[in-house]
Amino acid sequence: VTPLVLSLRQRPDQRLDLSALVPHLLAGKAAAEIERIDVQTTKHRVTVGDAFRLRFGDAGQLRIEGACDRLDRVGHEMRDGEILVEGDVGLQAGRGMRGGRLAIKGNADAWAASAMSGGSIEISGAAAERLGGPLPGETIGMRGGSVVVRGDAGERAGDRMRRGMIIIEGAAGAHAGSRMIAGTLILCRDCGAMPGYLMNRGTIVLGGDCEELSPTFVDCGSHELVAMRLIAQFAGAYSRRAASAASGKLRRLAGDMAVLGKGELFVREAG
Amino acid sequence: MPRLIANGVRVDDTFAEAFGMRATAIIITADSLRWARQAAETMTGFATSVIGCGCEAAIDRELAVRETPDGRPGVRVLLFAVSTAELQKQLQTRVGQCVLTSPGSACYAGLAGTDKLKLGNALRYFGDGWQVAKRLGERRFWRVPVMDGEFVCEATTGLTKDAVGGGNLILMGTDSRRTLAAAEAAAKAIRTVPDAIAPFPGGIARSGSKVGSNYKAPASTNDAYCPTLRGAVESALDPEIAAVLEIVIDGLTPAAVAAAMRAAMAAIVKLGPDRGVVRLGAGNYGGKLGPHHFHLKDLLP
Repeated sequence: VTPLVLSLRQRPDQRLDLSALVPHLLAGKAAAEIERIDVQTTKHRVTVGDAFRLRFGDAGQLRIEGACDRLDRVGHEMRDGEILVEGDVGLQAGRGMRGGRLAIKGNADAWAASAMSGGSIEISGAAAERLGGPLPGETIGMRGGSVVVRGDAGERAGDRMRRGMIIIEGAAGAHAGSRMIAGTLILCRDCGAMPGYLMNRGTIVLGGDCEELSPTFVDCGSHELVAMRLIAQFAGAYSRRAASAASGKLRRLAGDMAVLGKGELFVREAG
Repeated sequence: MPRLIANGVRVDDTFAEAFGMRATAIIITADSLRWARQAAETMTGFATSVIGCGCEAAIDRELAVRETPDGRPGVRVLLFAVSTAELQKQLQTRVGQCVLTSPGSACYAGLAGTDKLKLGNALRYFGDGWQVAKRLGERRFWRVPVMDGEFVCEATTGLTKDAVGGGNLILMGTDSRRTLAAAEAAAKAIRTVPDAIAPFPGGIARSGSKVGSNYKAPASTNDAYCPTLRGAVESALDPEIAAVLEIVIDGLTPAAVAAAMRAAMAAIVKLGPDRGVVRLGAGNYGGKLGPHHFHLKDLLP
């Protein structure tokens, strides 16, 4: 199957909103129709044809070439199909995604995977702050699906996460998993201060060192739990490093006792 | 009754009459196969017949570590009952009392399907508020704190309404030793067939029953097949028959029951009359009660 390819002509003068360029909205559209879709975010009109060279193909497999951090809302509320982005993306990549696969061969700006509920996102580079998190005024962040970040992630990854799995293979910023409602967050390497800050439920696995653990988590001892085997096996389909981080004997810290306290942090035994 | 001869074993030209049942399957794992089997055998120990046990259940097969959700040794257990409500009740009670209590155990769905039975969803309350759910992809698990760690139990398991219960073979021999040898060979062969079980002790029943009783009981001894009553009742036995054993087979599908009967018959016929039984028959009710008829002549090796 030949994919539908959009090649960015040059770095755009304004941020572009690509929320209309998802497989289920492009299905059945002719090349000319796609080229007429508006993508501007200012009063100056920009169409797909203005910003991209289009090679027509199957809309179920969209490829965006030469992408840059001015392309916002890539894969917005995507339902199915696949979007492959070669380059960086801007804000809110994969926000509200319900299905399909979004692969970003570069970095993603803030709020990637925000409020997604299904499908999978793979970010080959780094993700900025609030990965999977809610926008201001929203009460729930990511609520399903899986996200893998091969590089580092900014602050508050998994903020208010409700369901699904986030894997960060690089370093994670401060307050990862803050206010988590449920779900699973695996931080394969070092992380910033206070992971799981004010989390109610959910699971955070720390594969590396932590700058500072919250004092409101309580030690529940070292265990090799069957549940962690399931998590490791599930995570292994996306990341061997994550599977390794969730395997073996891990110390369970319950918290955050400042709130409901039914969440858990798993940390490696020192030494 | 017309008969066929296979390797010297007389095979009645008759059929096993079987009934539609509701069934489910679960996977039990533990730190070792021994403890997975222990939990499974405990929950299926009193599950020979729906007449008195509420369900029929047995181990379908052992599972290698690569086949189980948590990568530990395990077994797959099948349960059959006459209604969805009874199956749910039996599943909940047996897993709750026999698997949850077994050291290191975990319990998972062993059958896919759109119809579901509650598994962990029914047992989670044992956690007294400390239980937590974990959803991984499309699967949801409950983690219930117990004294050796956590009991992990999948939220639901599949239900099939296409299951079949009551496939059977009646083995007739000249003495009990050789009759039992043939029955053991048949039960062993059935254990190799997926999606089918023989729920009686070791897969073998020595007390085959007929419908009704002179007392107020739903079933009573099958006097036509009791060798000690041969002269006193309208016996189905030849003069040389001194022992009769029955194999009852339940399967998730009619095809599974047929495959199990075929495997069992092959094992029985292979032994021949000198080491096994001289005659092979099957139980039916004239074909008027059960929708599934498994004709022995169609299943001969």
